[in-house]
Amino acid sequence: MYQILKKRRLSENVVLMEIDAPYVAKKAEPGQFIILRVDEEGERIPLTIAEYDREKGSITIIFQEIGATTMQLGLLEEGDCLHDFAGPLGRASELEGLKHVAVVGGGLGCAIAYPQAKKLHEMGAEVDLIAGFRNKDIIILEDEMRAASTNLYICTDDGSNGNKALVTDILKQQIESGKKYDAVIAIGPMIMMKFVSLTTKPYGIKTIVSMNSIMVDGTGMCGGCRLTVDGETKFACVDGPDFDGHLVDFDEAMRRSRIYKPQEQSAIEAHREHCNLLKMEVK
Amino acid sequence: MANMSPVKNPIPEQDPNVRNKNFLEVSLGYDETTAVDEAQRCLNCKNRPCVSGCPVNVQIPDFISLIAEGKFLEANAKIKETSSLPAVCGRVCPQESQCESKCVRGIKGEPVAIGRLERFAADYAMAHPTDDAVEVPAPNGHKVAVVGAGPAGLTCAGDLAAKGYDVTVFEVLHTAGGVLMYGIPEFRLPKAIVQKEIDTLKAKGVKFVLNFVVGRTETIDDLFADGFEAIFVGSGAGLPNFMRVPGEGYNGVYSANEYLTRVNLMKAYKEESPTPIYHAKKVAVFGGGNVAMDAARCAKRMGAEDVYIVYRRSEAELPARAEEVHHAKEEGIIFKLLAAPLEVLGDDDFHVKGVRCQNMELGEPDASGRRRPVPIEGSEFILDVDAVIVAIGTSPNPLIRTTTPGLDTNRKGCIVADEVGATSKEGVFAGGDTVTGAATVILAMGAGKKAAAAMDEYIQNKNK
Repeated sequence: MYQILKKRRLSENVVLMEIDAPYVAKKAEPGQFIILRVDEEGERIPLTIAEYDREKGSITIIFQEIGATTMQLGLLEEGDCLHDFAGPLGRASELEGLKHVAVVGGGLGCAIAYPQAKKLHEMGAEVDLIAGFRNKDIIILEDEMRAASTNLYICTDDGSNGNKALVTDILKQQIESGKKYDAVIAIGPMIMMKFVSLTTKPYGIKTIVSMNSIMVDGTGMCGGCRLTVDGETKFACVDGPDFDGHLVDFDEAMRRSRIYKPQEQSAIEAHREHCNLLKMEVK
Repeated sequence: MANMSPVKNPIPEQDPNVRNKNFLEVSLGYDETTAVDEAQRCLNCKNRPCVSGCPVNVQIPDFISLIAEGKFLEANAKIKETSSLPAVCGRVCPQESQCESKCVRGIKGEPVAIGRLERFAADYAMAHPTDDAVEVPAPNGHKVAVVGAGPAGLTCAGDLAAKGYDVTVFEVLHTAGGVLMYGIPEFRLPKAIVQKEIDTLKAKGVKFVLNFVVGRTETIDDLFADGFEAIFVGSGAGLPNFMRVPGEGYNGVYSANEYLTRVNLMKAYKEESPTPIYHAKKVAVFGGGNVAMDAARCAKRMGAEDVYIVYRRSEAELPARAEEVHHAKEEGIIFKLLAAPLEVLGDDDFHVKGVRCQNMELGEPDASGRRRPVPIEGSEFILDVDAVIVAIGTSPNPLIRTTTPGLDTNRKGCIVADEVGATSKEGVFAGGDTVTGAATVILAMGAGKKAAAAMDEYIQNKNK
């Protein structure tokens, strides 16, 4: 069993949890992920490792309550335990040798981009962190991101933080203004990663994306997370999750990620109904 | 006086049209009377050809004599002397090509139903637990690790624990059992039975560490640094092969591993399971092995109306266990033999709407000795399906070979090991599918058994 050591709500439906998982913490690196199950009957879901503490033996995850399992996870409190927590999985990001980098995060992707930015910053690279959110109420980890970057640009879709822009607009401005990036690292919804890749392609800037495909085992035994990269079939869980954004077939990946939409929707409804029943019992 | 009936006692089974809608076990097993009657068909021959057909050399005539005498618990104990998982093997071994193929009674009539009797003894013992405490051998002070909790690893762990070793099994999934849990469906091998076998190993002192990914969480060399003196790698062949035809990226195309893992391990067949699965109406399963049969029969039980097995050779070459082919047919699975896929077709929603196939004929034998399928010009046809399950084989996962310096593998990615399981790396032994490529449960168990003996010898010699 894997105990929840700390829980912090970063916004209305984004939660940070620090989990006691010494084996995972021993080897974890930025870019890797874990698979967890909340309880004995639960489904396996992949979540990125947001931070690790080797001495304490803990792993931090950040998730959005977006479906039945993440909602159930969000109900747990400090001291509660997760049934399963496997990792670290996937390949670590290759950050060696990068000197000037733009790290682009979209929404919850900022939490995933944060460890990469932090590590690069610690390695002495100049890091422009471009973080995009729908509105100012869901801006997360602002202080952490500021500490992990040379320059931080936060923008919102609706301009509620005073900077109405898309991450791609800001990225383009920076490139046009003469910034020379060795690489751009983009993490967030697939649609955002696709457009970041399209933005950098004409400039020939190496662009690394972190693919969040549907996964079951996360160890390369099922191929549920397969995607096409440069015309070849790759498994996001073992060959990735990082890939060259200029070579990924994003349209296929986005359509594959929607296969269980109807079931996910009914699971959310069932979860809400269950929670309402619980509330009634409490009364 | 021996029972001279030329045929095996039949085994009661669920009606095909009932069972193809549920996940309960198909085969119901012998009762005591039938088991004793069947046991009396054994002639107890002197040269025991049946034993030579068993990869773990179960003392077959001995345990069958005990059943004939009504000593069912003793019969189970006799099997357990050499086999760690009798309730499993009695159910999933291809007896027709192993023990039963060598049975003298099979020359004129049907062989003795060795598998059914083994299953009977194991099930009887599970249903009649005794109060005798499990015998835990005296510790010999040596620590060994087993990577992978499938049939090879479980057998190896059981044998080493019996010799007094401190055994830890590292398993990547959240449940031990390997293919017995995620691959072979409930209706063929109830998971409660596998769990009981695993619990028996735990009672003998074997430790299980789940959610542990050797190659990522720790490497083989890390395990040596942790103090393990010898390591058995039984990590299987779990990497699915795809068909490499256009359209495999469409939604509704599953590897058999993914489909079966969702259904069996994640219990997607239960309505309340949070793990989703696509409920197809018409399904094409490509392949002809046990995995293809399992996937097809699961798809039928998940509510598909038409389920096709599409195989590029003829019925004679089907690699699946004879009983599974027979069961699949009874349950209404449609066999499209001598046919191969050309392209998966998709609709505007990016979902599978059919498969373009072509007919084949058998040509000259290939390197494997099987007649090679050759396409017939102009024989293309379209199978109207909304899901495709690919069951054309698996390869070993690269995680261990790419993170273990000094461990030799062949061009198929299989670990190279000698007949007792020793690899190119000192102290590392391997067996089962990770060495042979996808094979059978009992061969994996045989390999685990041999490796356990070799590891014991290795550690004893090293410490002399």
